[in-house]
This record gives sequence, C-alpha cells and structure tokens, in this order.
Amino acid sequence: MNSFKTKKQILDFITHAILLVVAVTCIFPVFWMLSSSLKTQEEIFTKMTLLPEVWQWSNYVDAFIKAEFGMYFLNSIIYTVVGVSAIVLVTSMAAYGFARLEFWGKNFLFYLLISTLLIPIPGVFVPLYLLLKKLSLLDTRTGLLLCYISGALAFGLFLLRSFFEDLPKEIEEAALIDGCSRFGIYWRIALPLAKPAIATLVILQCLAIWNEFLLALVVLQDKAKMPIQRGLMVFQGTFITDYPLLMAGLTIATIPIVIVYLLMQKHIVKGIAAGALKG
Amino acid sequence: MNISPKEKTLNMMFIMPALVLFLVFNLYPLIRTFQLSFYQWNGIDKEMLFIGFAQYKHILFNNPAFWKSMINAGYVTLLSLTLQNGLALLLAILVNRQIRGGNIYRVIFFLPPVLSGIVVGLIWKFVYDGNFGILNHWLISLGFENFKDFAWLSEIKTSLSSVAIVHMWKGFGYGFIILLAGLQTIPIELYEAAEVDGADKWQQFRNITVPCMIPVFTLVTILTILGSMQIFDLIYSMTRGGPAGHTHVPITKIYEYMSNGEFGYSTAMAVIFGFVLLVISFVQLFVSKKFNR
Repeated sequence: MNSFKTKKQILDFITHAILLVVAVTCIFPVFWMLSSSLKTQEEIFTKMTLLPEVWQWSNYVDAFIKAEFGMYFLNSIIYTVVGVSAIVLVTSMAAYGFARLEFWGKNFLFYLLISTLLIPIPGVFVPLYLLLKKLSLLDTRTGLLLCYISGALAFGLFLLRSFFEDLPKEIEEAALIDGCSRFGIYWRIALPLAKPAIATLVILQCLAIWNEFLLALVVLQDKAKMPIQRGLMVFQGTFITDYPLLMAGLTIATIPIVIVYLLMQKHIVKGIAAGALKG
Repeated sequence: MNISPKEKTLNMMFIMPALVLFLVFNLYPLIRTFQLSFYQWNGIDKEMLFIGFAQYKHILFNNPAFWKSMINAGYVTLLSLTLQNGLALLLAILVNRQIRGGNIYRVIFFLPPVLSGIVVGLIWKFVYDGNFGILNHWLISLGFENFKDFAWLSEIKTSLSSVAIVHMWKGFGYGFIILLAGLQTIPIELYEAAEVDGADKWQQFRNITVPCMIPVFTLVTILTILGSMQIFDLIYSMTRGGPAGHTHVPITKIYEYMSNGEFGYSTAMAVIFGFVLLVISFVQLFVSKKFNR
C-alpha cells in the first residue's frame, strides 16, 4: 500500500508540473502585453524587466484619445450590443416557429437555413462585398451588422430550436386557450423559459462579434466606424514602433472579453463542449 | 388539430426575418460565388466576360502561388493535428485524473481561444520582434548569441513555423475542452471492471478510452482542419503573407485577389478551396465511421 501511495504522489507531481508549465505559457504573453502597456517607449527599447519601472498610466489616456482607441472601443460596443440583440430576436423567433408552429415547407426550410453549419464557405466575403456595394451598404454600420446577424443565423437556430422543442407544451396550450396570441406566447412564455440557451447564444456571439476582423476589414474604410480589432491594425500600420500605445490598445480590446469570460466561463465552456458533442 | 391556410401563412411571419436575411446574405452570396467564378470581372464594368472554366484551369495549373498557399495552410494544419491535438489530449487526460485545481487549469487553458486573432497576433509579433522581442532576449541570456536581431517573422526559414506555433498556442485549449468533456462521458464503471480484470493503464487507455473517444476525435480533427486551413487573422496581423509570399494561405490569397479587383478569379479560388475543405471533412467522417465498426 505504501508504494502505491508514493507512486500516486509522483504521478500527481508530474501532472501538476506539466499543467503548470502549460498554464504559465498561456498567461505569460498576456502578462507581457499588460506590463509593456505601462512602460515608456525607451524602457521597451532598452530594458527587458518583467514589470515597468514607473507605471505609465498616462499611456491609457493617450491610447483612448490620441490613438483613438476610445472611438474604436465604442464602435465595438455598438456592434456587439446591436448585433447580439438582433441575433437573439431573429433566431429565437424563427426557432420558436420551427419548434412549435405549422407552416408550408417547414422541414425543408429548417434544413436549408442550418445547412451553412455543415458546409464550409470560405471566401464568401467576396460576394458579400459586392452585395453590400449594390445595396449602397458598403462602409456602413448597417452593412457590417447585417453580415454579422446573418452569419449567426444557422448556429442560433440550431441551438434554440431543440431547446424550445424540449420545453413542456402545457403552459403554452393553457395560454392559447386563455386567448393569448401566438406572438404573446412566444414573447411572454417561451422566450423567458429559454433563458439558459439564450445566455449561451449571447455569450458566444458577444465573443464572436467582438473578435471579428475579416468582415470588418472587407466592409469598412472609414476609421470612424471601425471596431477595435480593425482599429488595432490601422494603428499598428501607422505607428509601427509605438509599442506601449499598441499594447495599451491590445489591453483595451482584451479586458471586456476577459471579464465576460471569467464571469461566464462555466456557460462558455459548457456551451462549447455541449454544442460540439451534439453536432 | 386542423390548421387553416390563413394560420399557416401567419405562422410564417415568425421565420420571415430569418428567412429573408438567409436568402439575401447567405444563399445569394453562395450562388453568386459560383456564378462569378465563370466570369472575368473587375467589379466595376457593366460588362462581365464569360470565360467558362478558364479561371479554374489557371488556378489549378498555372498558379504556383495558390498551391504554395495550400501547402502552407496544410503545414499549419498538420502541425495542429499532431502537436496541438496531442498536447490537448495529454492535458485533458491529466486534468481528468481528478487532481486538485483542475478547474483553474481549465479556465487558463481556454483563455487563448477567447482572445481575438488580431490581439494574439500582435502580442506575439512583439514577442518575436528581432530587436525588442523578449524571445531573443531570453535566448541571448541563455547563451545563444546568434539570435541577436534575428527576425523570426521575416526569415523565410522560420516565418511559417513561428506563426504555426502561435496558432497552436491559441487553439489547443479549444480541443482540450472538447476532449475533456468527451472523457467525462465515459462511464467510470468500465475502468473499474477493467481494473478488476487486471488490465494495466495502457491497456485501459487502448481498449476503453480510445474506442469511446473516436467520435470526439473525429469532431476535433474536423474542427482543427477547417479552422487551420482557413487561418487568416494571425497571418494578417503577423506577416501579411510575407516574407515574399512564404506565409500566404488560401484566404489571404483570395483576399489579395479581391483587393486587386479580380472578383471572378478570387471567387473561382474560393470555390476550389471550399471544395477541398468539403472533401477533407467527408473523407474524415467516412474513415472514422469505418473505424468505428
């Protein structure tokens, strides 16, 4: 028994050693970004200390105002809030329809709408660009938002329809007899009950829109409309060696995502694992 | 219960917004991709010149840069499939041993996947920097003097591998989470029974873990292939395809042709690339089904 115990201890030690090394590797680049964002440019060029000598909080003031990261940040907030709200509204309504209501071509339409989950469509940004140009939506917030919303349709529908189907029908039927309209049932009964699934959708889409870059690159030219990911590349292209401000910008782009992640990590991890294993 | 045609029409209103968005922004662009791929068009002229499969032929037989970009993406994918997923599996097995602090590791390993590709790319570009990067600083302090001013991302020999390392750093946590979730669905009784029968750890791994995990392995493999082949943000933020095209991947090529106004050519490339991805995922599904039986 004694030797069994020591063998387990050795295994535990090796396990922790490996996990710890990987964990440090995950965190260090993020730490380095934070630390460098508080250094002076001279410090970055001449020293490699882990922490700044004097913490330059003014870098963040410069980043927000001079480097215009405040504007980009605000744009990202707008895209995320409006985009995710619209995604929830559009996909939950449709998912409820597919789960509960009868209409023509229901099954065909459902599989058509979620088909984009199964078929990889690389380079769809090319025809999207041309479409937005034709609709005079190129270089507009609306154009970019429409791309984001339609890009999330298949996933949202897939996630929410099965959730609505699993809800008990009895409450809805009782409400129908009491004279509640179909839309009223969806809005006042089904939607509140679907909160857990909607939470997963909201969190995953917040991450997706906040981090999106390629469509923002294709659709937008005007700096005033750019989300922060795009703004970072604009800044980096103009001020190549202003590392402290760049790192401050990167930190500004990262903090909201890390806060949401840490608060919601159980939802995110569960949502990803469940979504992946189901599919 | 009979539903009147009028009600059926009214019910359609629930799916209308989604349906309209789908038709305009998903289906139409898809059809348009195929259509445009047969035309030579700069996106401005009224006239589009129909040229059949000429652009396909040119991409497949006269465009070595396209093939180079496919090979580059394939290289990143191959590294991800082996190193990244191997690491993800090892870590999932270790965390699944019910050790203390398992949840903290899980939170940390999934941090890189939630960061944006641009942020990750720009942080690592700074780490790799020839003059001011901390990587060279460490290598020099370890005695590797010849790494002084070595620009990892601008050297032909190291640029693609350097990006691939970042891609794996960003991606392994994703596979880790899925693999761990898969491991946790294997009933513990199977291992207990094997223990009673005297099977050692390796036999348990080979005869219980691996067969139970084949559907999960398939899933992670497909996700890794699709994600790695379509790598873009990291390349764009770290090298933009340079030095001299040595880190170009299919999506950066498609974007480049589009930026040059070659809309027909870029869509033809998108169709070829999409077809390759589709074939890969079907082959993978087919192979794993055979394996499973």
